[in-house]
Amino acid sequence: MSLLGYEGGNALDALNAAGVNFLWHPTISETSGQDVIMILEDILSGNLELDFLIVEGTPLLGPNGTGRFQMMGGSDKPMIHWLIELAAHARYSVAVGSCATFGGIPLAGDTRLEGTGLQFLSDQMGGLLGAQYKSKAGFPVINIPGCAPHPDWIIETLSCLSEDSLTLEDFDPEGRPLAYFGHLAHHGCPRNEYYEFKASAAKASDQGCLMENLGCKGTQALGDCNIRPWNGNGSCLQGSFSCIACTMPGFEDTGAPFLQTAKIAGIPVGLPSDMPKAWFVALAALSKSATPVRVRENAHASKVVHQPTRKKATH
Amino acid sequence: MSRKILGPFSRVEGHLEIELERTKTNITSARVNSPMFRGMETVMLKRDPMDALTIAPRICGICSVSQSVAAARVLGKLAGVTPPRNGELITNLILGCEVLSNHLTHFYMFFMPDFARHHYETKSWFGEALRFKAEKGSATAKALEARNHLLHIMGVLAGKWPHTLTIRPGGTTQSIKTTEKLKLRTILSSMTAFLEENLFATSIDDITNLKSLSDLRAWQKTTTGDAGFFLKLSDDLGLAEMGQTSSPLMSGGGYPVDGVNLFAQGVFNDRHVTPLPISEIREDISHSFMGGPLIQAPFDGVTDPYLDKENAYSWCKAPRLDGTRVEVGALARHVVNGEPLFRELYQHQTSTVETRIFARLWEMAKLSQAMQGWINEIEPNGDFYEECEFPESGQAVAFVEAARGTLGHWISVKENVISNYQIVAPTTWNFSPRDHNNQAGPLEDALEKAPIEKGEVDPISVQHIVRSFDPCMACTVH
Repeated sequence: MSLLGYEGGNALDALNAAGVNFLWHPTISETSGQDVIMILEDILSGNLELDFLIVEGTPLLGPNGTGRFQMMGGSDKPMIHWLIELAAHARYSVAVGSCATFGGIPLAGDTRLEGTGLQFLSDQMGGLLGAQYKSKAGFPVINIPGCAPHPDWIIETLSCLSEDSLTLEDFDPEGRPLAYFGHLAHHGCPRNEYYEFKASAAKASDQGCLMENLGCKGTQALGDCNIRPWNGNGSCLQGSFSCIACTMPGFEDTGAPFLQTAKIAGIPVGLPSDMPKAWFVALAALSKSATPVRVRENAHASKVVHQPTRKKATH
Repeated sequence: MSRKILGPFSRVEGHLEIELERTKTNITSARVNSPMFRGMETVMLKRDPMDALTIAPRICGICSVSQSVAAARVLGKLAGVTPPRNGELITNLILGCEVLSNHLTHFYMFFMPDFARHHYETKSWFGEALRFKAEKGSATAKALEARNHLLHIMGVLAGKWPHTLTIRPGGTTQSIKTTEKLKLRTILSSMTAFLEENLFATSIDDITNLKSLSDLRAWQKTTTGDAGFFLKLSDDLGLAEMGQTSSPLMSGGGYPVDGVNLFAQGVFNDRHVTPLPISEIREDISHSFMGGPLIQAPFDGVTDPYLDKENAYSWCKAPRLDGTRVEVGALARHVVNGEPLFRELYQHQTSTVETRIFARLWEMAKLSQAMQGWINEIEPNGDFYEECEFPESGQAVAFVEAARGTLGHWISVKENVISNYQIVAPTTWNFSPRDHNNQAGPLEDALEKAPIEKGEVDPISVQHIVRSFDPCMACTVH
């Protein structure tokens, strides 16, 4: 559903323009029922070429490795068996969303589900297809995580792959396209000034930085979420709530409530990426002591209560 | 008599499989199944109650916000907090935006493409129907672009769609300025323009002013829009008789402002509306792949998969109200709410493909009007949010009218963590399997008399009937 929100015209035209046609998509295609099974069988018998196997949702191995918790409708065959067989024929296999990439939310539920990502189980390579899996184009599974992923991430990646214009160097070791996941969600955060001064929100409606108290993981989460607008001009931070690092393996269960910052001795457990703890502590203390009154007061209000000083023109 | 399993069902949300028994001319019995177990309720256990706000929307990518609102509301009841008026208005706008976009997606991408299938190529209207062709139709492309623009309301209010965290028990963390009210008005007016130019070919006020069956039939003769085209097809194909079922209709009540709902809560049965007896809701698991007691009150509900259970055929439980199956959705909402048009339509047709579909289209006009009002009522200088505290232990239940009908959340908290969380979703009601009395669910009942055309292997009527309910199987099995 996120995919349909693509804004370069519309999602279907964009894929069409890139030469991507659906053999079958469960919510878009006309084809239904046994005709779908015939398409899948044709792929397996080599009569039909499969450029992309695109998987959404957590593949379930349960119960006891049988996969019977998740049957492909009309086929009496577990979804995991279809996926393993189809992946062997796919030019590219693409996992879309944090469930299909790393396992996602169901990993935090009933363990009998035996959920997994397509080629990762949380941050461990392997998953359903195994660490050695490569698609026909010689790529491991391409991972587009996010709950939900940005429609651009999906459509642009598929479009580039359809013309074979991406190489292995365009992906990180977890299979994520670097074009998007070479960024942190923190980049372009609208609360940047509050972060700089560690002027933290105390309650959820405050304008201050959400990292210190309210669970924001934007400084640790990969993705260009705050640079690439969602639904016009949005992002989680634009919507006034914390980044929960939904693009990251294990986001579903960090051992702490989603909207609170886990701390030890008053210091957040999750520190900004690439920042040694001692530096963070020193910098935080320094910036807190240097916080302008305006920033401190606005941080604890739901709207701007203290305007920036108006400077006169310099002549 | 022969038996057949239909699946996978395309153009519905989630996994769906239907087992049919039939003669040459009609279906005689149907059993509906979503062939997967998800266990989302078990993800909630032993967590901080507020984690429900993150987990519940992730049950579904299409009705994410309705799950968010239900979670926020049930937590609000637990904490004894009521959002400030602005918080209610913003929540209503976000939910209304999701419902509008869902109805658009359903009509243009899920339901109408069936009339552009080769099956109908000899029909006089087939050329016109091609604008709804799956993936390629010109009407679909226009609707998608209108939908994208509408979802800019989410960009302003919810940060993104799906999966927002701005909706809280005590209102919304997002607050807006006067300038953003203007932006919201502009976005909504482009949606209204789409509806007025393409869907209705008349003003949305004309649609909400349809007060009787004769009003509807008179309007239908004059309109050139997509909704009118649907009614023309409906007349030609007998959709006003197809997929007929009758059950009590239920609405959990929707879009409150200052304690008054836009759509009332209640149950319509035997021409009367009575209060919703919440304590009479049970889930029957006699035909579900689920363990635990045969009949479960949601507060004592159990989410325990039991795959090799005798007589079980669905992962969906069978919710019952006072022992009876119940239908939910846009039609139920407007009959319960006393809309004269839908009271009369229901009296004539009960629930059919035509009434279920038209109720959704009508609701798009109604919601667009309501949303205009809510935007105007926001007071940017007022409060949007209030903090709340949860008791160490407690229970609460809350309802939301999601696009597809009544969504209920039941929470139990013990020693500051969630000890049970049970969800009864709209399609859980509509696509419920049989209960211990062998009473079929609404879809199963609606399929029972479905006609089969001469020589049909895969009856097209089944496709229309199933999609006319706009099922969300992801939520159903949650």
